[in-house]
Amino acid sequence: MATEILMPALSPTMEEGTLAKWLVKEGDTVKSGDIMAEIETDKATMEFEAVDEGIIGKILIEEGTEGVKVNTAIAILVEEGEEVGDVEVSKPAEPAKPAKNEDPKDKGGADGMDHPAPAAPEADVTPDWPEGTKLKQQTVREALRDAMAEEMRRDENVFLMGEEVAEYQGAYKISQGLLDEFGAKRVIDTPITEHGFAGIGVGAAFGGLRPIVEFMTWNFGMQAIDQIINSAAKTLYMSGGQMGAPMVFRGPNGAAARVGAQHSQDYAAWYMQIPGLKVAMPYSASDYKGLMKSAIRDPNPVIFLENEILYGRSFDVPEDDDYTVPFGKARIWREGSDVTIVSFGIGMTYALEAAGKLAEEGIEAEVIDLRTLRPMDTASIIKSVKKTNRCVTVEEGWPQGSVGGYISSVLMQQAFDYLDAPVINCTGKDVPMPYAANLEKHALVTTAEVIEAVKTVTYK
Amino acid sequence: MAARKTTKKPNVSAEELKAYYHDMLLIRRFEEKAGQLYGMGLIGGFCHLYIGQEAVVVGLEATAKEGDSRITTYRDHGHMLACGMDPNGVMAELTGREDGYSKGKGGSMHMFSKDKRFYGGHGIVGANVPLGAGLAFADKYKGNDAVTFTYFGDGAANQGQVYETFNMAALWQLPCIFVIENNQYAMGTSQQRSTSSAEIWERGKAFGIPGEAVDGMDVLAVKAAGETAVAHCRSGKGPYILEIKTYRYRGHSMSDPAKYRTREEVQKMRDERDPIEAVRTLLLQGEHATEEDLKAIDKKIKDVVNESAEFAKTSPEPALDELWTDIYATEIPQEA
Ligand SMILES: Cc1ncc(C[n+]2csc(CCOP(=O)(O)OP(=O)(O)O)c2C)c(N)n1
Ligand SMILES: [Mg+2]
Repeated sequence: MATEILMPALSPTMEEGTLAKWLVKEGDTVKSGDIMAEIETDKATMEFEAVDEGIIGKILIEEGTEGVKVNTAIAILVEEGEEVGDVEVSKPAEPAKPAKNEDPKDKGGADGMDHPAPAAPEADVTPDWPEGTKLKQQTVREALRDAMAEEMRRDENVFLMGEEVAEYQGAYKISQGLLDEFGAKRVIDTPITEHGFAGIGVGAAFGGLRPIVEFMTWNFGMQAIDQIINSAAKTLYMSGGQMGAPMVFRGPNGAAARVGAQHSQDYAAWYMQIPGLKVAMPYSASDYKGLMKSAIRDPNPVIFLENEILYGRSFDVPEDDDYTVPFGKARIWREGSDVTIVSFGIGMTYALEAAGKLAEEGIEAEVIDLRTLRPMDTASIIKSVKKTNRCVTVEEGWPQGSVGGYISSVLMQQAFDYLDAPVINCTGKDVPMPYAANLEKHALVTTAEVIEAVKTVTYK
Repeated sequence: MAARKTTKKPNVSAEELKAYYHDMLLIRRFEEKAGQLYGMGLIGGFCHLYIGQEAVVVGLEATAKEGDSRITTYRDHGHMLACGMDPNGVMAELTGREDGYSKGKGGSMHMFSKDKRFYGGHGIVGANVPLGAGLAFADKYKGNDAVTFTYFGDGAANQGQVYETFNMAALWQLPCIFVIENNQYAMGTSQQRSTSSAEIWERGKAFGIPGEAVDGMDVLAVKAAGETAVAHCRSGKGPYILEIKTYRYRGHSMSDPAKYRTREEVQKMRDERDPIEAVRTLLLQGEHATEEDLKAIDKKIKDVVNESAEFAKTSPEPALDELWTDIYATEIPQEA
């Protein structure tokens, strides 16, 4: 059967080209791999090879013709004994039509995972646990360990790997006892090869397992950031939903104490930026537990940002092996009508301390713990700001491109008319973390700065 | 106790031996003092002591000449003292004070001296290895005959960037000596539990980089191997790998429960292989020095170390303005 030979696209950006020279003439026999023509693209002169076997029945575009559109028929290939007249020369293909029911403007912002409609979502204010639930005091460390152990009992595909997680019982003792209970098959010591084992974790997740990858600290997760973002976060999208990386990357994040610039970075704002990742940065032990369990069960890659200073703090935790906290639901720690203070993770310690001191001066702050940064419960922030008309954000990370900066933009776009003062972002200082004790204290955000910010926005 | 025999013992003068004894002992006493100050809360954060490994850096520094560079990990105090940095400035950095090498802003893991061509002090395992090759690249580019000593651990030897660096260093014939300080453990993980090859230096063969294993408890053996490596690099033949088998007596850092090895294992090393004791024995048995001579050295070192501690305690904390300095340069810093 006769076939058309079409003008090829010979570079990613080529739309048309010059048919510089024919190297075959009508009646010639060609087989695949034979060079038929020279074509000038926007970048270079390229040789154009035959793919099919046949006889050049007719040349449709003369050599020297410029501006030949990609996919225009340039010649006709016939079989032995076949007439050229058998083929009807086609027009260049039309560009693809836009898909129906697709108005790109219909998509929401980056705050939620599903964006069915632009309408502002309602804030979910149901309590985390029902009245009368039995509670126990637990440290964040114990809560994390229990969450992983419970999920490992529940699903044998869940395993933990990282540096010193097994025999050493965890550099920060988060995996204490897990090797004893689950054995070396499921609690795995790795060499110091973050990029390698993060990638192996992502592959294992592709392959159906539920890895928990521990970074000794998130500072070392930077070695692995390509696998986290290019492999874990984007594969679901790139595969059209066929496969993804249901897994958890976890470890302590942010400043500890006096460990200097390379060991003290807060990565909240970085990971919060990545579509395809979910990001948790809890404060209380019950949230560490409930969110870690949700993270392990989640079908997406989850970044779990813990905090070394919080590891030893105790909080009430429900006595329930199936206690989970959903992503994208903030918790209101304190109600108030004068100002909304929004924070997460270790930032909550400053937020709550400031709120306590402000109450003594008659200023009632509402304190919101975001708990997860992606999805982010902006609905709860907006709802609160509609009441208080003022907002201060608190985080330890750097100011430029901060979590607070994002919250400010959301408020400006969605609650502008309710704001009585510009939003203030209390952040870490715009410097690498110094080692000296006195400088370190100043580099971090302080409670005094939060109080001052609240007074500024309340004009007190 | 007797030093283990080494096959190729270089001719070494009494003066040289005494210098090694001095330099190794200075590191040991300095580290002991640092451990003490840490215990007192004067030093914070991470603090990785070099005790047990002194022969590595002292043996290699004996082969360096003016213009050579060195770069290492967070376990860096010994390297700084061995290349001639001032104990006062090092200790004051450990206490986070104004007179420290980084004005108190770097701490134990991040200290530098342009003057001594000591390029740090790096906290990220493996990351200093390409940096070392980059220093060597700069020397080759400038056409001088300097070499760079790039130190890293057995654990670091599993980072991918080490092998990316080996490839380029071999490809471009960089004058870089890769010094693997194999102290057998990476935190709590022994070499056998983390590393597929028993001899790490042999990995260099895949890249055409020559190398050898060296007894790191014998400063003379280290020096001899260092001379081979330096000669190779200086003559433009490209990189060289020294895998120096050593041992750290103390925990990985100050907060190491050390359950991964027995106390007996550590004690045996200290008793039978201590690098300082070995040189001491050589000095005395060869009648290169008397007990009195060595006592005088001990005393001198003690004074230097005590003075550094005093200096580090009394040096003021950095001014608060320092928080905001050194973030951007206003001009390109002059090369050392
Ligand atoms: C990229 C990275 N991962 C993990 C760590 C935490 N860490 C610091 S030292 C260390 C062990 C390194 O062992 P080795 O390379 O043998 O050097 P040694 O401490 O024995 O001198 C680890 C895991 C780190 N600093 N950087
Ligand atoms: Mg080691």
